[in-house]
Amino acid sequence: MAEGGWSSDEMMTVAAARMLKNGAVCFVGIGLPSAAANLARATHAPDVVLIYESGTIGAKPYVLPLSIGDGELAETADIVVSTPEIFRYWLQGGRVDIGFLGAAQLDRFCNLNTTVIGDYAGPKVRLPGAGGAPEIATSAGEVLVVLRQSQRTFVDELSFVTSAGHGSGGNWRAETGLPGMGPTAVITDIGILRPDAESRELILTEIHPGFTVADAKKSTGWPLQVAEFCVETLPPSAAELTSLRELNKRSAHAHVGY
Amino acid sequence: MADITSLEDAISGLIRDGDTVAMEGFTHLIPFAAGHQVIRSGKKGLTAIRLTPDLIYDQLIGMNCVGKLIFSWGGNPGVGSLHRFRDAVQQGWPAPLKIEEHSHADLANAYVAGASGLPFAVLRGYAGCDLPKVNPVIKKITCPFTGEELSAVPSLRPDVTVIHAQQADRQGNIMIWGITGVQKEAVLAAKRVIVTVEEVIDEFDARANAVLLPHWVIDAVCLEPGGSYPSYAMGYYERENDFYKSWDSISRDREVFKAWMRRHVLNTNNFFEFTRSVSAAKNKEDLHG
Repeated sequence: MAEGGWSSDEMMTVAAARMLKNGAVCFVGIGLPSAAANLARATHAPDVVLIYESGTIGAKPYVLPLSIGDGELAETADIVVSTPEIFRYWLQGGRVDIGFLGAAQLDRFCNLNTTVIGDYAGPKVRLPGAGGAPEIATSAGEVLVVLRQSQRTFVDELSFVTSAGHGSGGNWRAETGLPGMGPTAVITDIGILRPDAESRELILTEIHPGFTVADAKKSTGWPLQVAEFCVETLPPSAAELTSLRELNKRSAHAHVGY
Repeated sequence: MADITSLEDAISGLIRDGDTVAMEGFTHLIPFAAGHQVIRSGKKGLTAIRLTPDLIYDQLIGMNCVGKLIFSWGGNPGVGSLHRFRDAVQQGWPAPLKIEEHSHADLANAYVAGASGLPFAVLRGYAGCDLPKVNPVIKKITCPFTGEELSAVPSLRPDVTVIHAQQADRQGNIMIWGITGVQKEAVLAAKRVIVTVEEVIDEFDARANAVLLPHWVIDAVCLEPGGSYPSYAMGYYERENDFYKSWDSISRDREVFKAWMRRHVLNTNNFFEFTRSVSAAKNKEDLHG
């Protein structure tokens, strides 16, 4: 718990939620992205349209789903479509404004790894794999990434690129013919990073209260660049914290274990 | 023409060792009863296709029924890793597992192509992604009209597709609602089809555009109430998220896993006995035993 009476995870989720404009159509990954997107819906963005890859469009879950296809998502959705339809018409068809992703690791150009740590044929750690992420990263209008920042997650070189961010940097996406803008922000428990306008390398643009630029550098596996005007993130408001804690509380209650 | 038959007969009659089998259901309606019957009947060397292997394939892999896995996301949803899948990939236990890895969009398109009688599917994806480097069946293709470079993948044509649905009528027509994933495409892409259902009824209460599969695309319909437990069947029962959480510790250790499978799956005759066995253990707070 930081000085202000909130945890760094809470700051991360609040900061990520703020990125979603009301009314945006958002393709949401499970876990941290889903928590942030539903916090946005409970606070400043009641009309955000949440799409989950199970084919639920306009899902309005009261509790955070444990899986991408929980019954709650289907029951509260405006429409439920098949898996081929969600990827072909809605995502590849260009209907999604924002792809909201997590990852196990990213590099300085915000390429994402969710496949393996180590060698593919003889991996040190076998991760779940791609799921819907490669095409979300390709076709969503823009991509937001949320994950905790450390030397283990912010790496100099990825073992495996599962989903392309800005590739090798610069104009790589445009030259490769990818329709979406790619990652526009990475929200972590320490701060917010955004790609440089030219090089597309992630630079630290905001630092959360209670952390220093040195903390961010120490938690990054490459020499982290810092924006000329790196500002402190606005702390969570009482309303944001209350909404987030209520959401987490009823979700924990709904998924209570043995 | 669909026979309404026992699951035991359907699995032994329609699935052969070495077959390519797709058991689909995206979080919802996962055909666990059928998966268990494949394990009980000791099928070997299957090529198993599934977007999200889930607990059902973790069990099939750990019980050495699968020689090759074609998949796109291999985790325990909301919980973490599939330990039997990981053990097979990282340590080759109980036997080395060949993997052919894709994305969801790719496999969904590949089923559409299979159902459409086409040799391959085309999608916009995989640029900058390393999957094509480790999966040689993902190829590049140039659009003959615009010159755009796209990805092509071979269509999926399973020998057998197995799904779980809510209802069949007495002719063996199938009705399914809620999250329907790739089930319709996987059924229409397959050579043989087994459907387990919650209920057999006289007449459907269906709107004209409900998802119906006619009896003449299905080989066997098996009444298996509760047959997608611990996933869920909309309108019948909810997902047992706690089971998914407990699977983490049941499956983490090889011996604990084997003992659990022996006790609840191999030593029971059918899925009804399985669910009774599990709930008896749960009442004694002994789910891991």
